[in-house]
Amino acid sequence: MNGLGWTLSLALGAWTIALIVGTLVGVARTLPRGILPRLGRVYVETFRNIPLLVQMFFWYFVLPELLPVRVGMAIKQMDPPWGSFVPALICLGLFTAARIAEQVRAGIQALPSGQMQAASALGFGQGNMYRLILLPQAFRIILPTLTNEFMTIFKNTSVALTIGLVELTATAREINENTFRTFEAFGVVTIVYLVIALLAWQIMHRIERAAQLPALAGGGARP
Amino acid sequence: MMVDLSAIASATPYLLSGLWFTVQITVVGVTGGIVFGSLLAVARLSRNRLVSTLATAYVNLMRSIPLILVIFWVFFLVPWAIGWMTRSGRPVAVGASLTIFVTFVLFEAAYYAEIVRAGFRSISPGQYSACEALGLSKFHAYIYILFPQAIRNVLPILLTQTIVLFQDTSLVYVISATDLLGAATKIAQRDGRLVEMYLTVGVIYFVVCYAASQFVKQLQGRLAYGAR
Repeated sequence: MNGLGWTLSLALGAWTIALIVGTLVGVARTLPRGILPRLGRVYVETFRNIPLLVQMFFWYFVLPELLPVRVGMAIKQMDPPWGSFVPALICLGLFTAARIAEQVRAGIQALPSGQMQAASALGFGQGNMYRLILLPQAFRIILPTLTNEFMTIFKNTSVALTIGLVELTATAREINENTFRTFEAFGVVTIVYLVIALLAWQIMHRIERAAQLPALAGGGARP
Repeated sequence: MMVDLSAIASATPYLLSGLWFTVQITVVGVTGGIVFGSLLAVARLSRNRLVSTLATAYVNLMRSIPLILVIFWVFFLVPWAIGWMTRSGRPVAVGASLTIFVTFVLFEAAYYAEIVRAGFRSISPGQYSACEALGLSKFHAYIYILFPQAIRNVLPILLTQTIVLFQDTSLVYVISATDLLGAATKIAQRDGRLVEMYLTVGVIYFVVCYAASQFVKQLQGRLAYGAR
């Protein structure tokens, strides 16, 4: 099951990018003034309102053409799995980041404003205030929706088959075309996706339990 | 590389026909999905153990696998299933559009079912008891009392899911159907105009979805204000 490996590494890699970028953009959107909140909004609206597949094509087909010729050629000449894996990774990571950013923003805004005021009264700088006070609480609030997002990213990896990455679903299609064993090929892959979904849910559920604080128990409970 | 605007202009009629198919899939998916999804939601709330377990299993299964995989399932299985039902013994060729319509209804119903179920749960239990006390049959209670309130409560989420559905229609690319993206791809490959075509469809999707999501946001504000 080589396809399973590609699906898992694409999903986990993209998840890492998405968490980092998503948190930064989400924080940017809650800043009181300046150009950053607006840029954050542009980022989120752009990535949320264009289908993932179109974004995939953009990274794979369009971007190498728009870059300087030498860079574009270098990208196009990457070895087979990497030539589609890298664009898919960037694409899925940045796509999911926009969705995570919205959740992070909602999480921060759900905190009582006294938290922010108390932090600045105690002399925290803006960076420390977010890092030590606001984000740890916000993440606990949004864990249930993050669980959903984590399960979605595994399903979204299947879109990478359109730019030639032979992940799980593409594997099923290839087996079907070579052997005509439609039921077996798609049946096995369906079950693998079910198992992945179950495992992803289990992992996130454990994290939710471990991270729960007594005072926030209401917010940390499952929906 | 230069962007050639005339290439976009000459492709417009074909792109519009693709957009029309995208709209058709969305309309069929939304209507069929909400009808089938509501039935699933009612089934999940049923007191009959078998019915509720089956509905739950269906919803969870559909929500755990990617849409592309479901498209492939239907694409390969429906011809075979029709062949079996008509006893012709071999698969019957089925058009891509039928495959796509069936897929979207089956798949989106699972997502709509969850939303409608949340709507049912948001109605106060007194409403259910009142229906019973008034002697309404289950059918009438759902049609006249419960369903309208449930839909009203979750209308913004329902519409957001519809925007997602509109974006998801682009995935029919995998069976070479000619929706908006499919039309763009065919022209892009014929004329070697990948950049122009993909940027154009990107802009079209963005404008439609952004306008729709702004509308939902406004509606959400108005509903929240009207409720209490």
